[in-house]
Amino acid sequence: MTTLKVSVGADDHVKGDENAPCTLVEYGDYECPHCARAVPIVKRLEKHFGKRLRLVFRHFPLSQLHPHAESAAETAEFAAAGGKFWEMHDLLFDNQDRLGMALYEELVEELNLSGSEWSKALESKVYLPHVRDDFAGGVRSGVNGTPTFFINGKRNNGPFDYEYLAQAIDDALRAHTG
Amino acid sequence: MATLLTPGTLAPEFRLPVTPDQKLGLNELRGKPVILAFYPADWSPVCGDQMALYNEILPEFRKYGAELLGISVDGAWCHEAFAKERNIHFPLLADFEPKGAVARAFGAYREEDGMAERALFVIDKDGTIRWSYCSPIAVNPGADGILDALEALPK
Repeated sequence: MTTLKVSVGADDHVKGDENAPCTLVEYGDYECPHCARAVPIVKRLEKHFGKRLRLVFRHFPLSQLHPHAESAAETAEFAAAGGKFWEMHDLLFDNQDRLGMALYEELVEELNLSGSEWSKALESKVYLPHVRDDFAGGVRSGVNGTPTFFINGKRNNGPFDYEYLAQAIDDALRAHTG
Repeated sequence: MATLLTPGTLAPEFRLPVTPDQKLGLNELRGKPVILAFYPADWSPVCGDQMALYNEILPEFRKYGAELLGISVDGAWCHEAFAKERNIHFPLLADFEPKGAVARAFGAYREEDGMAERALFVIDKDGTIRWSYCSPIAVNPGADGILDALEALPK
């Protein structure tokens, strides 16, 4: 069984109740169309499970395939430093077909973050180590493409449609209380 | 599922086209660990399919001095187009004629489909298989097993 090797910690972007009995960790790439397709599915899971589910998003940019994936991840990290990770995460996926510096600049402004600090951050690559660490930890955990989901630390090997994931989360919740 | 050659076995020698006009033999890589990744076919539709993923992880493999070879029954021209489109930076070998002969020699051929399994081998610098793994055909095995096996090789 393939399991998550890097446990959820202070460096992670977490949404939901800290004490939730189920944690869904997603490894994703902002330029991957399958990841964009997963966004509404994850939102539906979030709504359905409420306080029982906590979400974590980690970066897994396939840069050889997706030239904008890494800079998008760095921009999301920049937004995270301003407390707006999830807002940026959603906006990047919503605008996947326009990824690039012009879009990031626009989104940074939209979220009332500093454009000059953003451009400095990307130039000095200050958030790149975080992105690369996420990637390396993902590789060690058996991430095999994007998106890859871990449900309470166990890699989801099935499809990532709503029904399948909801069932897997139900199973994890049952195991938790059982 | 096919029965793979097991750790401790000497890897069968082979020489396969790596481009339409070049061949590569396993013995040319003696002295370095070799990762052999058999896979069913080029042009898998998923983002970060197995070969695209390994392409991304290549620097990690190189830290162990290891060479990575992808192998499928696709022809050299097909591999060339695939590697170009996906920006692949490691050799893809064409186990094309006689079809699947190398996959067969490693116990990694699927008779029913006429393709290689998703099978991984880590071969040490002396040519002995140190680790092998056959993934269910629909599951991309990722790279964690390879990295663990490289880690475990005697220095």
